[in-house]
Amino acid sequence: MEKKLLSILGKLEKEFGGSASEYRGDVSLVIPAEKIVAACQQVHRLGFELLSALTAVDYWPKGASSPQGKNPRFHVIYQFTSVVLNLALTLRVPVPGINPSLTTISHLYRNANWRERELWDMFGIRFLGHPDLRRILMPADWEGHPLRKDYPLGYEEPQFTFNFDEINLRKPHAKE
Amino acid sequence: MPDIQEITLNDLKHLVSERAIQGETVLLNMGPQHPSTHGVLRLLLELDGEIVVNCIPDIGFLHTGIEKNMEAKTYAKAEVMSDRLDYMDTVGNNLAYSLAVEKLLDLDVPLRAQAIRVILAELQRFASHLVWLGTSALDLAAMSMFLYCFREREYILDVMEMCSGQRMMTTYIRPGGLWRDVPVEFEAAVRGILKTFPRRVDEYEALLTRNPLMLDRTYGIGKLTGEECLNFGVTGPMLRASGVEWDLRKDRPYSGYEQYDFMVPTRTEGDVYARYLVRLEEMRQSLKIVQQALDKLPIGPLRSNNRKYVPPPRSEIGVSMEALIHHFKLWTEGFEAPQGAIYSAVESPRGELGVYLESDGGPKPYRIHWRTPSFDNLQSLPLMSKGVLVADLVAIIGSVDIVLGDVDR
Amino acid sequence: MGVEQKLGNMGFATTTLEQAVAWSRTNAMWPMLFGLACCAIEMMSAQAAHYDMSRFGMELMRPSPRQTDLMIVAGRVSRKMAPVLRRLYDQMPEPKWVISMGDCASCGGVFNNYAIMQGVDEVVPVDVYVAGCPPRPEALIHGVLMLYEKVCGMKFAEIK
Repeated sequence: MEKKLLSILGKLEKEFGGSASEYRGDVSLVIPAEKIVAACQQVHRLGFELLSALTAVDYWPKGASSPQGKNPRFHVIYQFTSVVLNLALTLRVPVPGINPSLTTISHLYRNANWRERELWDMFGIRFLGHPDLRRILMPADWEGHPLRKDYPLGYEEPQFTFNFDEINLRKPHAKE
Repeated sequence: MPDIQEITLNDLKHLVSERAIQGETVLLNMGPQHPSTHGVLRLLLELDGEIVVNCIPDIGFLHTGIEKNMEAKTYAKAEVMSDRLDYMDTVGNNLAYSLAVEKLLDLDVPLRAQAIRVILAELQRFASHLVWLGTSALDLAAMSMFLYCFREREYILDVMEMCSGQRMMTTYIRPGGLWRDVPVEFEAAVRGILKTFPRRVDEYEALLTRNPLMLDRTYGIGKLTGEECLNFGVTGPMLRASGVEWDLRKDRPYSGYEQYDFMVPTRTEGDVYARYLVRLEEMRQSLKIVQQALDKLPIGPLRSNNRKYVPPPRSEIGVSMEALIHHFKLWTEGFEAPQGAIYSAVESPRGELGVYLESDGGPKPYRIHWRTPSFDNLQSLPLMSKGVLVADLVAIIGSVDIVLGDVDR
Repeated sequence: MGVEQKLGNMGFATTTLEQAVAWSRTNAMWPMLFGLACCAIEMMSAQAAHYDMSRFGMELMRPSPRQTDLMIVAGRVSRKMAPVLRRLYDQMPEPKWVISMGDCASCGGVFNNYAIMQGVDEVVPVDVYVAGCPPRPEALIHGVLMLYEKVCGMKFAEIK
């Protein structure tokens, strides 16, 4: 790991009490949910001005094994890149499965606006303080959050010769 | 069947200015089907006469659920869906996916495969910029540019078809290397391209760069400063046209880019004209990289030898029993990836194309997320379009170079 | 001696009504710009100079549905886009035809999931299906010629 990244990681670990880990050259730090806005402000001050990615992972049904010993359902991942220092850093935030919510960072990083809307749409994670939290990719009256693991894929049976007619009867066709 | 969602003014109260609610400005729908939006993008414009006061994009009309669908397939079979994300840069998507899987599995790719990957990725970048040039010039009513650019594109698509059998969705670059060796006619075809294309790029420049109509319509329009770009997460030619020199091929190189000598074009104005100049220069630099890669092309194998993860080439299957067993197991069941999460990014013609891949030890990706550049680039559109005319808005949308498959995934 | 031989020098031609109507319909059928995804790029390639579609009558593509009689649905139709597609189809004046270009429009293609409509014929009636992912421009032109054959074969009783 580079020296600059080591020192930045040390500072963040001391201030926010997370746990750092490295895998295949990628450095990630687990931060508790209450401290995420302060952590993002500190990361911004340290030179990471580009929020590359903001996504989430769903660990249903078993939950993730978080270092704090709990089993949260979601992990929200913030990926930062520093153009000035040429470094990359990941922050992972465990979020529980019942009424998942986090505070928004869209005042710090403006592209978090749509990314948090996408997380609300796909996972159901609410962002407190977001100026405009509504569905972005699915139609506005859609029910359910598609990227959760308990949401079905919506697979339709393909028509082969032996079941062609029975599926044809079920499938809606436009007549005119 | 559900009817079209009628959005009332009440739902948008927090997004439009008070003048719309009083009825002073008009809310116009630049709908999903429109010749200038480059795909199914819906823009709600608040107009004061001809001037745009507010612009609210509405996306999701091409949402395909690719991420969830890829989680239901094994690693090798999921790559087929990755082509269809950013359909202008299909080779780049395959490259991003392959690099992510190779990073997760810690695989080494032979040098010949890396060089051919670079050649195809740069040719695809050239083809993507050609479509951008053709369609955005068409929006500005320079109609013959459309025909010239698509004529050039046919040569590149011929090369893609020669290698993989498909013009656009090639799936030629696979985790571990390539599908098969390039045919004998490949080098002659690419050298033919390298001989004729620089003169064609000069022709485009002669037609458009000093054209007073082009300057009137694009100079000083849609400015973004470098800091605003970074704050919005904008990457790619838009960021470089605003003064920040950040190109993943130079700053975080992958697939052997560090051995090639090329320039990263940067300008400081940050308007539509600067983006046009940056992309035109990038086309020239792509040809330079292809020239160097083709001259230095090493001889060697095309796939990694790690038979735990990479299937053997077809020629081995007829002679070796282990090769047949590996081929069978890897294509039916798939391999067991080690547990862990990585993020890997490449430079697509639009910006930083990143893949977040997390594995739980099984044969299918547990979570794959595509960080697509057009999603963030489009977020800067409302800021850029405050106070411009509707005709300027068309030029600005053309300069952002969005691909809706990228935005909606 | 038929009527044609007597009238030939006077500048008359005789034909059936069906043939005249079919000739006028097929020689200038303007498609609507309905490119959604990857197939749209191949449709643009088919319109460009190499595989020229204007030699078959499709000189321009109009974005407005009121001025077209052919809708080439090129690309995947998501659930959010389906009502828009139906509304545009309803706005086209009769006679109108639909070509479903590509696998995603014909049957859902590679994507068998919650977000993509499995075949655009759930929403609009389709006349010609063109397979491919994306279909080559020559395949699209073959589909268009097949549509012309269908139009030429329409009987007088069916012409509305």
